[in-house]
Amino acid sequence: MKEILLRVVVGGVVVSVFALLGDVLKPKSFAGLFGAAPSVALATLFLTVMKEGKDYASLEARSMIIGAVAFFCYACVVGRMLIRHRTPVLAATSAALAVWFVCAFGLWFLVVR
Amino acid sequence: MKIKVDTAGLRQSKPYEYLVRFAFGGAVTALAGIIAKRFGPEIGGLFLAFPAILPASATLIQKHETEKKERLGKQGTERGELAAGVDAIGASLGAVGLVVFASIVWLRLTESTVGATLPEATLAWFITAVSVWKLREVLCRYFRRKYLRASNRPANVQIQDHQCKTNQGRRR
Repeated sequence: MKEILLRVVVGGVVVSVFALLGDVLKPKSFAGLFGAAPSVALATLFLTVMKEGKDYASLEARSMIIGAVAFFCYACVVGRMLIRHRTPVLAATSAALAVWFVCAFGLWFLVVR
Repeated sequence: MKIKVDTAGLRQSKPYEYLVRFAFGGAVTALAGIIAKRFGPEIGGLFLAFPAILPASATLIQKHETEKKERLGKQGTERGELAAGVDAIGASLGAVGLVVFASIVWLRLTESTVGATLPEATLAWFITAVSVWKLREVLCRYFRRKYLRASNRPANVQIQDHQCKTNQGRRR
């Protein structure tokens, strides 16, 4: 429980810092870069290395490459849905999460497993 | 397009909006840890690149842009969706940097210290993301000019960043 709380606090702080950076930067497309900042990864990897060691964290980072490719596909789909099809934001960002899951687990089965 | 720092963006956000982001970020970080513990680091690692903040920030961007337009007495929904879309395009470019970040951590962490590897990988993320963003800007400008020349429009016609792709699509 203590570890989960620590993760919530550290993760929340790191994500908020990157979100703040995105808030103050212009143009919007540049600020958007911070929507894909390695915020969760920084918080998690640091805590993981402390607890489980470098090899464990390194394995997580290898899978993260696939997660990042899935993120790219997700963000492209969201961008297209919003700009071309004028889909409501909440619907687009939520529905496209399916793209992330399909890409991440599909690639993981193809490449890692 | 010039990169600017504008602190007015901070005043637009309400305290609960920061709280929402904090909660999203914290929840995904905790979830990534729980999943790694339950299913192993190979599955847990996928969630280190989960789009944790994008849905929340896109919704907030849409809200702020819509409010801005409505304060001027105009309909702002469309503008809000476009702004959120441009932000998502930016995030897709940032994701390229995320691939580089993860690759550096994977290859370097076992030989180096975490204190050296994480800042190094974060710097690589930033340089890659900014380079890809700049490349897109240059390509967009090139195709915009080509489009204007082909359609004999005056060179001073302003085409917004988000319209770049749409116009190319229409030409086809």
